[in-house]
Amino acid sequence: MALLEVRNLHVEFPLGRKTLQAIHGLSFALDKGERLGIVGESGAGKSVAAFSILKLIAKPGRIAAGEVIFDGRDLAKISDEEMRQIRGNRISMIFQDPMMTLNPVLTVGTQMVECLKAHRDISDAEAKRLAIAKLREVKIPSAEERFENYPHQLSGGMRQRVVIAIALLTDPAVIIADEPTTALDVTIQAEIMGLMLDLCRDHAVALMLITHDLAVVSQVTQKICVLYAGRLAEQGPTRSIITQPKHPYTQGLIKALPQQNEPGARLFQIPGTMPTLDDVPAGCAFHPRCAFADELCRREVPEPRPIGDHRVACHHAEKVASA
Amino acid sequence: MEYLQFAVKRLVQATIVMFVISLIGFSIQDKLGDPLRELVGQSVSEEVRDELREQMGLNDSFPVQYARFITKAVRLDLGNSYFFKKPALEVIADKFQATMELVIGATLIIVVFSVPVGVFCAINPKSWISRVIMTLSIVGISVPVFLTAIFLIYIFSVELGWMPSFGRGDTISLGGWSTGFLTWDGLHHLVLPSLSLASIMLPLFIRLIRAEMMEVLETDYIRFAWAKGLVRRRVWFLHALKNTLLPVITVGGVQIGTMIAYTILTETVFQWPGMGFVFLEAINRVDTPLIIAYIIVVGLIFVVTNTVVDLIYSLVNPTVRLVGQKP
Ligand SMILES: Nc1ncnc2c1ncn2[C@@H]1O[C@H](COP(=O)(O)OP(=O)(O)OP(=O)(O)O)[C@@H](O)[C@H]1O
Ligand SMILES: [Mg+2]
Repeated sequence: MALLEVRNLHVEFPLGRKTLQAIHGLSFALDKGERLGIVGESGAGKSVAAFSILKLIAKPGRIAAGEVIFDGRDLAKISDEEMRQIRGNRISMIFQDPMMTLNPVLTVGTQMVECLKAHRDISDAEAKRLAIAKLREVKIPSAEERFENYPHQLSGGMRQRVVIAIALLTDPAVIIADEPTTALDVTIQAEIMGLMLDLCRDHAVALMLITHDLAVVSQVTQKICVLYAGRLAEQGPTRSIITQPKHPYTQGLIKALPQQNEPGARLFQIPGTMPTLDDVPAGCAFHPRCAFADELCRREVPEPRPIGDHRVACHHAEKVASA
Repeated sequence: MEYLQFAVKRLVQATIVMFVISLIGFSIQDKLGDPLRELVGQSVSEEVRDELREQMGLNDSFPVQYARFITKAVRLDLGNSYFFKKPALEVIADKFQATMELVIGATLIIVVFSVPVGVFCAINPKSWISRVIMTLSIVGISVPVFLTAIFLIYIFSVELGWMPSFGRGDTISLGGWSTGFLTWDGLHHLVLPSLSLASIMLPLFIRLIRAEMMEVLETDYIRFAWAKGLVRRRVWFLHALKNTLLPVITVGGVQIGTMIAYTILTETVFQWPGMGFVFLEAINRVDTPLIIAYIIVVGLIFVVTNTVVDLIYSLVNPTVRLVGQKP
C-alpha cells in the first residue's frame, strides 16, 4: 500500500454566491522514499493540493470530496489532535518564500526547538543539540551562532536551509516542497534544490515536489502529475511522460523546454493562457489552446482514463500520442 | 552600538519637542493677562507700573525674555500661582499623583481587557460574541467621555448605589506619594473614573489588536507554524500575539499620553482632585503660571512616554533598529 494516497480530491472555495472549484478530482500516490512532481502553471491549484493534504487550506476553502490516506488512515476522519501530530512530524512542508516562512520575532533556535518539542518528549538541551546538528547537515556555517540569530540576520538562501532543516528535524516520512527555490536567487537555486534532494535521499524521505518547472521535475522525480486549471491533465512515470506525452498540454510544456529547442531559435510557447477558476470554459478547460480540439472537447469535460501506464484527461489522447 | 545611536537621536528629538512646548507655554504667558495687574492690583499709578515692568524685564525683547523663562524653567521655576500663592509646579506636583493613579487605573483596565478580548475576536471572528463586542466597541468609541462618566454615575452610584461618584476616598501616604491603590475605599473610588477614562481607549485597543492579529494570522509564518504541528496555544499566544503586540505597543504609548488630556473631563465630572481639575480652575481664574506649568508638565509626560515606548519597542523588536545592517 502506498504511504500517501490522494483519491479523487475535490477542493472548493465558497465565495459569496459563487463557488470556485480549485481542485477537481485529483488522485495520486506516493510510496516510501519516492519522489513525485506536481507541475502546472500559476493558479493551477498546486499549493491548494499541497495544503489540503495537511488540512491547512486557507479559509474559506474546504475539501468537498475525496480522501487523503496516510499510513492507512483517512486524514479526513481523524481528530484535530491526531492531525497536529502528523503535521511537521510525519509530513513536513517547505514553503516557497523563505523570507516569509520564518517568524521574524523568534530566533532560529526557538523555531527549531519548538517543532521538536511539539512532537517529542525531550529536554531543551537535547532539542538544541539535535537542532544544531540539523543546521550543520544543511551546511549552515557556524551553526551555533546561527541558532541564536533572528531570521532577518540570514540571507534568503540561509533561511531556506533553515526551513529545510526544520522540515527534516523530526525524520518525517513525507516532505511537501511547494516551489522551494522559486523565490531564491537564480545562482543558488540549483544548490538548494540539490541539498534538499540529497537529504531526502539520505533519509529515505518521500518528496512531493511542486513546481511550474518541468525541466527540474523531469530530472529528479520518478512520477509526474500535470495539473491544468484545477484538474489533472496527465500523470505517469517521469520518463514516459517526458518521452511519450499523451496530453496536448503536456506535449506543449515539453516542447517549450529549452533543451527541446534549437539554439538561437525562438522558444516554443503554448498559445494563450490558462483560464482563471471563475472563468473556466465549458468542456475541456484546455480546448481554446489546443490544436486537437473539436466539438466533443467544447461540449464534454474529459475524465482521466488509463492509457498505457499514464492517466490522461483528453478525448483524443490516442491521436495526440501518435501525432 | 546602533541602538545607542538610535537612542541618542531619539533623545535629541524629544528635547527639541520640549523646546517647542516651552515656546508655546511662554507665548501664552506673553499674551494672556497682565502679570502686573495680578501682582499689584488696579490702584497703582502708571509710573510705578512702568518702573515695575522695567524691573521685571517685561520690556525686554522676546528672545531675552524667553531665555530668562527657559533658564528659570530648567531650575524648575515656572513662577508662582496667582491664586494659590505658591510655586505653580508645586501645586501641579500635589495633584500629579491623583491624575497618575487615574491614568494607571485606566491603563490597567485597558491592558487587562483589550488583549484577551481582542485576541478572542481575532480567533473567532464569526462568533456572535465577537460581533456583539465589535458593535459595542463602535458605540464605546463614539460616546464622549463625559457622557460615559455621567451614565456610569447614574447607573452605579445613583440607581444601584454601589459606587461612590466623587473624590478619591481614603489614601495612604507612601514615601510622599499619596495612593488610593492600597485602601479598599481608595480602590472603590477609582473604579468609575478609571472606567470612564478607559471608555474610549479600551474599544480602540480591542479593535486594534483584533485587526492586527487577524492580519498576522494570515501570514506565511503562521501557516508554517501550523504546518510544524505546534499546538494552538503556541501559535496564537506566542507566534501571532508577539507580532500583534509589537505595533500595538507603539500606538499604545502614544494613546496613554493622549489619555492625560481626557483626564481633564473625567476629573471634572468625578471631582477628582488631579491636575486636570486644577487646570480648568486655573483657566477660569486666568492663573497664567499654573496654566503654563500644566501644559509643560503634560507635554513632558507625553514626550517621555513616547520616547520610552520607542526605545523599548526597538529593543524588543529585532527587526526595527537594525535597518541598514547587512545580513
Ligand atoms: N484563499 C483563497 N481564496 C479563494 N480562492 C483561492 C484561495 N487560494 C487559492 N484560491 C484559488 O485556487 C487557485 C489555485 O491556487 P494555488 O495557490 O493552488 O495555485 P498554484 O498552482 O499554487 O499557483 P502558483 O504557481 O502561483 O503558486 C487560485 O487560482 C485561486 O483561484
Ligand atoms: Mg503555489
